[in-house]
Amino acid sequence: MSDSNANDHKLRVSKIRDGTVIDHIRGGQAINVLAILGIDGSRGEEVSVGMNVPSDRLARKDIVKVEGRELSQDEVDVLSLIAPDATINIVRDYDVEAKHRVERPDVVEGVLECPNADCITATDEPVTSRFEVLEDGVRCDYCGTIVRENIAELIRE
Amino acid sequence: MRHDHLITSKQLSRADIETVLDRAAEIDADPEAVAGKYAGTLLGLLFFEPSTRTKMSFETAMKRLGGDVVDMGSIESSSVKKGETLADTVRVIEGYADALVLRHPRQGAPKMASEYVDVPLVNAGDGAGHHPSQTLLDLYTIRENAGLDDLTIGIMGDLKYGRTVHSLAYALTNFDAQQHFISPESLQLPREVVYDLHQEGATVREHDDLDDVLPTLDVLYVTRIQRERFPDEDEYQKVAGQYQIDLETLEAASDDLTVMHPLPRVDEIAPDVDETDHASYFEQAHNGVPVRMALLDLLLGDSA
Repeated sequence: MSDSNANDHKLRVSKIRDGTVIDHIRGGQAINVLAILGIDGSRGEEVSVGMNVPSDRLARKDIVKVEGRELSQDEVDVLSLIAPDATINIVRDYDVEAKHRVERPDVVEGVLECPNADCITATDEPVTSRFEVLEDGVRCDYCGTIVRENIAELIRE
Repeated sequence: MRHDHLITSKQLSRADIETVLDRAAEIDADPEAVAGKYAGTLLGLLFFEPSTRTKMSFETAMKRLGGDVVDMGSIESSSVKKGETLADTVRVIEGYADALVLRHPRQGAPKMASEYVDVPLVNAGDGAGHHPSQTLLDLYTIRENAGLDDLTIGIMGDLKYGRTVHSLAYALTNFDAQQHFISPESLQLPREVVYDLHQEGATVREHDDLDDVLPTLDVLYVTRIQRERFPDEDEYQKVAGQYQIDLETLEAASDDLTVMHPLPRVDEIAPDVDETDHASYFEQAHNGVPVRMALLDLLLGDSA
């Protein structure tokens, strides 16, 4: 193993045996990433969070390391809405087995709640929320409401 | 036209619109030709909000085509009061009727409902969202009075909550139409609608004073400024007078100006305008029948 690889391990994934490292999250968004993943610590998950750490690419970035859990594609898709620069490292037995950038999906379903109180999705009807992903936000497929800021606040609890 | 449902005017191409309007003109010229065409066909009317014109014109249209209607009746007397979901209601009525017309106070309700049924479903108004069949009769009236290309139209009043306005603005992007939007700042077009109009390449010109554009207009489409939308009466009184049309207002207009209104009006168009050649709002309301006959003919014909 080269020195650089050794450093790589030490700096980025040394605390993870199996799981996911989400790197290059925009500074301050780590808490929202945890919300998207449904992680609040109550179920004993082993999670490390770095916030506003120096980064060559983003100046300041957040980083989240989740032990024992590999993100699904759906989770990565939604993550992309608030962390478009993120890289996902899947770690198995201390090695990075897969590394990929997030890609914004065309549509996210069942994840966000429409903020429009008059939208049909804000009722007890059997309807799954669906949002079109725009360049700079998301749009409810039912009522057309566009949300550009604080998208993480729409995440269903 | 190849749509199973009519949910918004955004789904209509210029060719779709012209197909409906041309068919409406044929029916208007010779209603007897389609008088018994849909004998035995039933249209389900599901109005979760009060309506007079839209409901009666759909009912008239279906009956003039030889068919009949089944009407859910008032909310108070329906199973909605028992807590039935809209999704269940439309699935039940689908078993009785060959097409459905739905008005609902929730935005997006017709879209959701259409996902549960196979018969054609027409959105007859969803909250502050859309009202595409109104738009088709509006376009029919505009085409008859001013033409749909090289058109300068002012759309005035409550642009924020006015679903007829949203639907009309979307549909007009199919034509060479200059659209001017006149309203108090608090009732401007929703930003979502402005976004869509920009996406379609339309130029959105917003004004707070009709005088800025009145002399240039071929059509003035007036909607009611809804007093209940304002946080206090003073705010309403500041703007209400600016958005009322009377003979004095129209002195600055072209002789050919067509004045439209989806009705009902309250005081935004003075009664003395009714007697002028500008007034087209009653003709507009009457056009609801041939246009909805054409729409039903095309939707039921396609689904047959």
